[in-house]
Amino acid sequence: MRAFRYHRPADVADAVAVLAAEPQAAYLGGGTNLVDLMKLGVQRPDVLVDVTRLPLDTVEEAPDGGLRIGATVRNSDLAAHPTVRRDYPVLARALLAAASGQLRNMATTGGNLLQRTRCVYFQDTGKACNKREPGSGCAALHGQNRDLAVLDWSEQCVATHPSDLAVALTALDTVVEVHEPDGPRDVPITALYRSPGTHPERETTLARGTLITAVRLPPLPAARRSTYVKVRDRASFAFAVGSVAAVLDLDGDVVRDVRLAYGAVAHRPWRAYRAEEALRGRPFSPELAARAADAELAEARPLRHNGFKVPLTRAITVRALSELASS
Amino acid sequence: MSTGAVGRAYPRLEGREKVTGTARYAVEYPVDGITYGWAVPSAVVRGRITRVDTTQALASPGVLAVVHHGNAPRLAPGPEPELWLLQEPAVHYRGQYVAVVVATSLEAAREGARLVRIDYDAGPHSTVLTDDHPGLYQPDHVNPSYPTDTAEGDFDAGYAAAPVRVDVTYRTPAYHNNPMEPHATTAQWRDGRLLVHDSNQGATSVRATLAELFEVPPESVRVVAQHVGGGFGSKGYAKAAVVLTALAARHVDRPVKLALTRQQIFGPIGYRTPTIQRVRLAADADGRLTAICHDAISQTSTIREFAEQTAVYTRSMYAAPHRRTTHRLVRLDVPTPFWMRAPGECPGAYALESAMDELALAVGIDPVELRIRNDTEVDPDQGRPFTSRNLVACLREGAQRFGWTDRDPTPRARRDGRWLIGTGMAGSSYPARARPSSARATARPDGSFLVQINATDIGTGARTAIWQVAADALGVPPERVEIHIGDTALPTAPLAGGSMGTASWSWAVIRAAQTLREKLQDLPGGVPADDVSADADTTDEVGGQPTLPRYAYGAQFAEVRVDADTGEVRLNRMLGVFAAGRVVNPTTARSQLIGGMTMGLSMALHEEGLLDERYGDWVNHDLATYHITGCADVESVEAYWLDEHDDELNPAGVKGIGEIGIVGAAAAIANAVHHATGVRVRDLPIRLDKLVGTSSLA
Repeated sequence: MRAFRYHRPADVADAVAVLAAEPQAAYLGGGTNLVDLMKLGVQRPDVLVDVTRLPLDTVEEAPDGGLRIGATVRNSDLAAHPTVRRDYPVLARALLAAASGQLRNMATTGGNLLQRTRCVYFQDTGKACNKREPGSGCAALHGQNRDLAVLDWSEQCVATHPSDLAVALTALDTVVEVHEPDGPRDVPITALYRSPGTHPERETTLARGTLITAVRLPPLPAARRSTYVKVRDRASFAFAVGSVAAVLDLDGDVVRDVRLAYGAVAHRPWRAYRAEEALRGRPFSPELAARAADAELAEARPLRHNGFKVPLTRAITVRALSELASS
Repeated sequence: MSTGAVGRAYPRLEGREKVTGTARYAVEYPVDGITYGWAVPSAVVRGRITRVDTTQALASPGVLAVVHHGNAPRLAPGPEPELWLLQEPAVHYRGQYVAVVVATSLEAAREGARLVRIDYDAGPHSTVLTDDHPGLYQPDHVNPSYPTDTAEGDFDAGYAAAPVRVDVTYRTPAYHNNPMEPHATTAQWRDGRLLVHDSNQGATSVRATLAELFEVPPESVRVVAQHVGGGFGSKGYAKAAVVLTALAARHVDRPVKLALTRQQIFGPIGYRTPTIQRVRLAADADGRLTAICHDAISQTSTIREFAEQTAVYTRSMYAAPHRRTTHRLVRLDVPTPFWMRAPGECPGAYALESAMDELALAVGIDPVELRIRNDTEVDPDQGRPFTSRNLVACLREGAQRFGWTDRDPTPRARRDGRWLIGTGMAGSSYPARARPSSARATARPDGSFLVQINATDIGTGARTAIWQVAADALGVPPERVEIHIGDTALPTAPLAGGSMGTASWSWAVIRAAQTLREKLQDLPGGVPADDVSADADTTDEVGGQPTLPRYAYGAQFAEVRVDADTGEVRLNRMLGVFAAGRVVNPTTARSQLIGGMTMGLSMALHEEGLLDERYGDWVNHDLATYHITGCADVESVEAYWLDEHDDELNPAGVKGIGEIGIVGAAAAIANAVHHATGVRVRDLPIRLDKLVGTSSLA
């Protein structure tokens, strides 16, 4: 692998300044994804700016009832946090459904949001990938694409976002606090990720060198009734082939509010607004949930090997909501 | 006289070293002046290298050399074209190692490998196995030396006349061996002599291959394999890593260590060939088989014929008057397939034991009963009685332990909430063979004994098992016996493979011990003043053994649950009962059996090499994308064995247990999935996408 320098920044401003000055620098969080990609030659930074010692490792309860989670809080610590477990079970479940115990001990909140697709063509420098090498083509479009997108893909890229955590945070309307070269800014998580379009190498709306410093969960009492359903090819240590994060607020049997987000179906964590719309204000039933999922998935364009993701996502939508409704 | 070490549950002799990290594996030996090799795989499938530009690589810090066909030391063209590496510009498959970069650090070697520029003149290729491939042909024989096709009676007539028939085709994908330790070597040349620490399953044959390739006398080559982190067949013979490392070390005239990466072992080290298997079974109304036909298609490479014996299992498993088996091969532009735990028997049993399940349903009798009804004391293939055949005993004990009795055969009849529950079973068998071996036993003046044999312990517990056998053969407590294995400086021995390691090695060890005891009889007190040794070589004895059908048997049972909405398949429990002769060490034996069963689970539900024909390459080539069963998938797996004595085997009375655990396991699970869902998935692995949305669910 390429020789690289290692920098431990004094503070956030220092970290951002190094990234601004060094065009090939990268932030190092838990390293659970970046280091692999460096070994594979997929990412070749010449400076690693290790942000894990910055004072961004606390979980704070906001006065309004929300939660502010520092960017370097480890996945395992976050999953075990009592407030997260009580007020945002969807988040704890998403975290615990991801990776392995060892990886969760290393992986950070901010790094998790910015992990790269697990599309096999992206991870192999011997194969065409527009995300890795713009203009080289998308080998996955007509290749082995069982694990890839059914929604919102482009001819240039059919990759999916791999994070479970990001799906849960998307359902919770999380605000991502970032530090850009120009200063701090808040970005709603639903505005953080991009569709692949003609530039799949651009995965977020953040300017280069931006550091995620925290994520802020708005108060959402309804999230106490929330869950994360993940389907994978083996019982542990596998990325989702389908997942749904769901929050359900019932008034009697009428859906007062609902939040739904899907994983493993698109280039970004997929907030299912249409499904939410179809559910809101109506008496809940599994049939309604199925119709809502159908509304969301109506625009799905399955690839050769992943047509199953449509009925699968529909099935887990029904399951997640039905379980919440009866809990 | 037996002191009773055999049959007792000793922990592994080297267990402490392994768990404390002091056991050294192939690239963990400290060597002065060591350098690091990194293999460069070809980027094309088929063609010729037209240019190798090493300028950038050599300019990279730490890089000492780029070894390629233009500058590599010459190898003798041998019988293993796959190992004739870095000798010619021809490329025969994608991933073929075409260069090695040697550097002063691992990282520098890896970066150097990235900077080697190779131009190719690439031609068209064919890498996908199909049942109508124009290149299908009939090989001369199948592995290791079985007839390609067999026929008894008149299958077509027998099949046509039967009241109940099953005609089904099963497909299995490429499966990739993934031992924890990759293929890895440390090589040192000194005064024309070669020393390698290598991860392999048999140092004797590795030495012979190296001597032949490098044209040096075998005595000038020493191969050490003290601890080996798994092989599953893929390290059965010398493979690319050891040849590349020795070539590189000779080229740079310094010691070199090289370990293949996880990505690099998907293909070039060999893999289980994909198969397409058509099985036709016919039976009378009582379920007695009248006709059996198994037609197997598999692949080989363009440079070496590897004809897997997929349908051989069917030749001896169940009796019928009309039988036929065939094997057809296609030469594709792929790496040569190789051994993977129970090559032939494992995929073949998946097909036959699945078809038997389909037949049981068609006839309307219980699948255990169907197998009992078609049991035979005489090998249908050889026409001679089996030396021992305890299939029925395994079936009965397995059925009783598993709770098979009163099973409702109706598919999709049991449900637990959202889970559909099903049970399935399969028969299992594997040949019990032995190869010639030599061994030496030495009595020492302090009353202790040393046993030396170039056996290999690939994690199975072989070292411990031979030690137990030696103690009993010497008639002393095992604490007084020291055992040395894993080094060509020791008496030659066959590889750890084909479930014949313990049978072969213990045979020679017992003979050496017997000879030694005769020598000691004349000594006062039986203790010598100086070391006294006895050597044994079983070549004549093993070669003179009558050819008889010798097999281990088993019965596999599985209970699965299938999510009615998502199609997720999970294993509730798995239980196997085996008859495999004498069990030397219950601890390590159980580990072998449940390991084989778990690997069968992995085959049934998880593993699949996904090939992209455009690249002629498997695209999922790491453990994140090529799924192997994890601990959470194995909720309960139990292995039992019968107390079996067979005097026609070998002096230790063992049949071998390394492979039988996987045979039939995938079929038992696939049959359970059908029982749970009513859906018969005939192409492995059975993943949720083959079940979700099927009308039988929900």
